[in-house]
Amino acid sequence: MIAIFKREFKSYFLNMSGYVFIGVIWLVSGIFSTMLNFLSQYASYEYVLSNLMIVLIFVVPILTMRSMAEDKIAKTDMLLYSLPVSTAQIVIGKYLAMLGVFGVACLGLGLTPIIIGMFGEVNFTSAYSALLGFYLLGAALIAVCTYVSSLTTNLLAAAVGGIVTVLGIYLISSIVGMLPTSAFVSLLCFMVVAVLLAAIVFYLTRNYILTGAVGALTLIPLIIAYAMNSEAFTSLFPKTVERLALFDRYYSFISGIFDVGAIVYYISFAVFFIFLTVQSFDKRRWS
Amino acid sequence: MIKVRNLTKKYGNHLAVNNISFDIEAGKIYGLLGPNGAGKSTTMNILTGCLAATSGEVKIGGHDIFEEPTEAKKHIGYLPEQPPVYDEMTPREYLMFVAEVKGVPFEKSLRHVKEVMQLTQIYDVRNRLIKNLSKGYRQRVGIAQAMIGEPDVIILDEPTVGLDPAQIIEIRNLIRKLGRIKTVIISSHILAEISAVCDHVIIISHGNIVANDTLEHLEAEASRDNAIVLKLRGEKEKAERFISAVKGVVSAEYSVEGGIVTAVITAQSGIDIREDLFNIFASAKMPVLDMHTNETTLENIFLDLAYVSDERSAKDYHLDTESGKNPSASDDTRDEHAEEDDYYEDEKESKKGKDADDDYKPLFSSSDDEEDDE
Repeated sequence: MIAIFKREFKSYFLNMSGYVFIGVIWLVSGIFSTMLNFLSQYASYEYVLSNLMIVLIFVVPILTMRSMAEDKIAKTDMLLYSLPVSTAQIVIGKYLAMLGVFGVACLGLGLTPIIIGMFGEVNFTSAYSALLGFYLLGAALIAVCTYVSSLTTNLLAAAVGGIVTVLGIYLISSIVGMLPTSAFVSLLCFMVVAVLLAAIVFYLTRNYILTGAVGALTLIPLIIAYAMNSEAFTSLFPKTVERLALFDRYYSFISGIFDVGAIVYYISFAVFFIFLTVQSFDKRRWS
Repeated sequence: MIKVRNLTKKYGNHLAVNNISFDIEAGKIYGLLGPNGAGKSTTMNILTGCLAATSGEVKIGGHDIFEEPTEAKKHIGYLPEQPPVYDEMTPREYLMFVAEVKGVPFEKSLRHVKEVMQLTQIYDVRNRLIKNLSKGYRQRVGIAQAMIGEPDVIILDEPTVGLDPAQIIEIRNLIRKLGRIKTVIISSHILAEISAVCDHVIIISHGNIVANDTLEHLEAEASRDNAIVLKLRGEKEKAERFISAVKGVVSAEYSVEGGIVTAVITAQSGIDIREDLFNIFASAKMPVLDMHTNETTLENIFLDLAYVSDERSAKDYHLDTESGKNPSASDDTRDEHAEEDDYYEDEKESKKGKDADDDYKPLFSSSDDEEDDE
């Protein structure tokens, strides 16, 4: 796993993607901190990070597009499969390499509050906890995009798919906010999600029993809960989505709150998608 | 060393490997022989854990490849059809990476990687980027990769594809050298490739094992029923009558072209009917233009087993015989790559649409222009 991490980490600096990724983040951070911290004289680096979030939508897929797709193209996946390491170790090694590259970017960002501090008072605790939140938000997004990359054998498709996915995650709470808040619509939305979940399970396993079980275990409790207390479903779906939307959870960091719940959520989100990536990488051997 | 039991692999409805079983013993060189699309690569991919089987069991050094993959894979070095090399690395970096993943301690790996590079003759290019290396060097880097970590079994899928004749000889020598200390399995659709280096041949056709024996046994089997090819000027009916009168003739096939009768005669084993044939046609005043024994070579067995077992292929085979383009009629089985490949390509053409082209790869192809076909 360490060997794979090292190789992958180096590979980001043997081609453009690592430099582009880090460069764009630093450039945009520099522009925003010049505008906000130096010209407008806000002493808070968190505002810069809140604008930098949007950059992640476009740079994370650039970083992740090669991660799983390129091996398939160059046939080096055959090497990885035949080596005495598990698929989980391979995927985790690759993921950690990307976290490493993103870590380099964030270390660079960490200099900005110090520079701002030379010219005025900065709340370093708040700035660095916001940076930690930013790192974990990025880690969660990298995990999703790695999964997208594992689904395709085309770098462009991996990049575009990643951008669309992250953009979707970014916009989802606003889109859901437009839905009616009635209890019945909420129930319908939950049911759609449950069916989608079952569909994903089927895609991954091709197992009818498991798919049926997942579908039944999500749909039946939903309907029972609705029948027992339909009041509770009023605007429940938009609220849930808001709680689950990655970007929305970040706003508490910007307002200077160290949100442990959000941190746990980001980590579990990343773990879930890395788990899916392992499954997807393993599944390729079946086709 | 390797035990394969009832291995089956299906791609949708296409049966790539059909319930095959075989054993690989330590210290021998095995050849997996079969036409394109026969299931050689599929079998090798399953043995090395690159592909999951539909059903069956593979045990490597006592470890099940599906249940204890990490343990089982420690015993294997694998070179897939296309060398799985990272273009942006140098051979040295690449091999050091593989050594690290295979768990070779760092101090040891420095020496080990150097040894392997010298053995595969890539030491001179060790610091060049792999993407700048020629196909032959890439292939050798791939073989070096398989040798790293001193695995007990080295599996090479078509190791000489895309190499020039001098390189092919080098690689063969390397495989022979490896075979002295390790178990080696190589696959090829070229018989000469296999017969040049292997002790034991497994012939696969349409996902089935059609032969699994040592080279000597297969050759001995082959030479038992030698056929005699006879060319005469005269009438077919007359020739038929005379030939059937000769003692010891089992069967004969006739064809006529421009007043010349060609008869392919099979005699009982141990009886030499050539003198009788000569005498009988001499007294009948039918000039014998040509008479030679059509020695059943390994090539013939391969073609018989691999192609004629399939009815469709059998038809193609005879068509080729009649058009005078039958490689099996040639006495020298080796060094006829060009002709063989022509033949296989015809074979491929005729079967297009029926079989998946998953195994097909033209000779001397460059890896750069190959599209992913899955």
